[in-house]
Amino acid sequence: METLSENKKAALLSVLLLLVGCLIWELSIPAQEAAGELTEYELLTGGGQPKAGVPPPSQVLGKAWEQLSNPFYDAGPNDKGIGIQIGYSIYRVLTGYLLAALIAIPLGFLIGMSSVAYKALNPFIQVLRPISPLAWMPLALFVIQDSEMSAIFVIFICSIWPMLINTAFGVAGVREDWVNVARTHELGAFKTAFTVILPAAAPTIVTGMRISIGIAWLVIVAAEMLVGGTGIGYYVWNEWNNLDLTSVIFSILMIGVVGMLLDSLFGLLQRAVAYVE
Amino acid sequence: MAKSFLSIEQLTQRYPDGQGGEFTVFENANFGIEKGEFVCILGHSGCGKSTIMNILAGLADPTSGVVKMDGQHVSGPSLDRGVVFQNYSLLPWLTALKNVTFGVQARFPDWDKSKVIEHSTAFLEKVGLTGDTIHRKPSQLSGGMRQRVSIARAFANEPKLLLLDEPFGALDALTRGTIQDELIKVWSDTDQTVFMITHDIDEAILLADRILLMTNGPMAQVAESVEITIPRPRKRTDIVDHPNYYAIRNHLVQFLGQRSAELAGQSDTPPLAQPKTVRIDLTEDIDAEDPEPATPQLRAVEA
Ligand SMILES: Nc1ncnc2c1ncn2[C@@H]1O[C@H](COP(=O)(O)OP(=O)(O)O)[C@@H](O)[C@H]1O
Ligand SMILES: [Mg+2]
Repeated sequence: METLSENKKAALLSVLLLLVGCLIWELSIPAQEAAGELTEYELLTGGGQPKAGVPPPSQVLGKAWEQLSNPFYDAGPNDKGIGIQIGYSIYRVLTGYLLAALIAIPLGFLIGMSSVAYKALNPFIQVLRPISPLAWMPLALFVIQDSEMSAIFVIFICSIWPMLINTAFGVAGVREDWVNVARTHELGAFKTAFTVILPAAAPTIVTGMRISIGIAWLVIVAAEMLVGGTGIGYYVWNEWNNLDLTSVIFSILMIGVVGMLLDSLFGLLQRAVAYVE
Repeated sequence: MAKSFLSIEQLTQRYPDGQGGEFTVFENANFGIEKGEFVCILGHSGCGKSTIMNILAGLADPTSGVVKMDGQHVSGPSLDRGVVFQNYSLLPWLTALKNVTFGVQARFPDWDKSKVIEHSTAFLEKVGLTGDTIHRKPSQLSGGMRQRVSIARAFANEPKLLLLDEPFGALDALTRGTIQDELIKVWSDTDQTVFMITHDIDEAILLADRILLMTNGPMAQVAESVEITIPRPRKRTDIVDHPNYYAIRNHLVQFLGQRSAELAGQSDTPPLAQPKTVRIDLTEDIDAEDPEPATPQLRAVEA
């Protein structure tokens, strides 16, 4: 054991924890397994006991196998593969997120470079930022009149703030020396922005982008539960209505996995723009 | 008096003192620098050396007074005036080579890429940086190497005037010596005019044609201009044997140790006062007629 590296030890421990956790989970609900088999009957009879049992991990694993072996099937509005549902969610997240980036980053540059712009816009930011993105939903639905676009708007509004604030912060904090290097080399405003300020502020900006994508992924699930139709959030809610707890647990896990993948993508980007002073 | 290549006229800088009033860093500073000259400015910390340099670089505006280069008013930064800052000011996300090409591209926008790289590599080589080293980021270089890159970037741009603000202040004595030699080497290959701030007397004697001495602030003045009468090429190991070396050194030490404080705070200098020229040369025949009899000279020799 002493010869193993720290990483290997940690990985081993993780696997061990997973196995022990699953084992305890599996063993703790043998009685409910029978109840699970009953549910269909209960449902059919409109049974007075709508309490479905929590499925054991083996059942979730089976569900995962079944879903992941055919993730893109499409059998009507209420029966689509998990891949399609996640695809819808990612599409909405990315659309809202990119629109937010398109506005937040240039605006953040402006705020970071000009203290007048900062002072003028700060009160609006301070009031708008703490609003829960879902609070915008009714207004968005009313104004936009389209549930799809409303979900995208909610993503847009929740991902704009961390990017805006981090960009402004990063740009304002660029070392005076580097700006002086640009000045003594007679670089124009545009060139200075792209060759000095952007790379200098990039680590802070990307950190903001990473926070934003995390929030967007949190919010999309809730938004889709509200607007319905498609997406992983709708899927979770739909499976709950079907009392298919196995699918609920499976999709919760998928939400976690996709969130992790999105985050690590930005982790890579963060590493690419990092520099040591 | 004929106009110098670079002339500083009645330069005055005041700052608010934080209590509603203002204090004068220096007032009516006048001096000139000739083309191709290497001039060092010596003075105690806080007397306003960096302030003068930032004004020359165009990074700051004086309260009053003008700087003229080649007869033209200097305002704002320009590629004609290159700067080497004490803290290197390399862009940390670029490699050493890219830091130099960054400057060269700005200076010679119509050069093609290979010419830019060739020119940059040549200047890095002049300061002893070759091979893999030039593809490293500043964080992977020692302090001495970083300052070399910074010097290469400045010289590669071939500015009309090169400004250095305590470029070796953060380096250890051995590294400092090596880079001083490299600086001299690069400088002698060009006809670069250099204005350098330092607080190291020996460094100033080794490098400069002329040393400007500043009194202590506030109300600092550029009091003297001391000619370094030691022929080039100079080697650090040999100049100590030159008869003028200790005479000059003593004069400088005495100024910084005593007179810079005695002369401080005088506000009665006439607006056009030039620094007093001091020429110490013991190799000249004592009886020969000295074209510029200067009292400080005698004092320095006696000291
Ligand atoms: N922006 C500024 N505002 C107020 N005081 C300043 C400013 N810059 C420099 N000073 C003051 O001017 C004086 C000269 O500073 P500086 O030129 O940096 O001195 P040196 O480089 O000779 O050590 C110091 O007393 C410093 O505190
Ligand atoms: Mg200084």
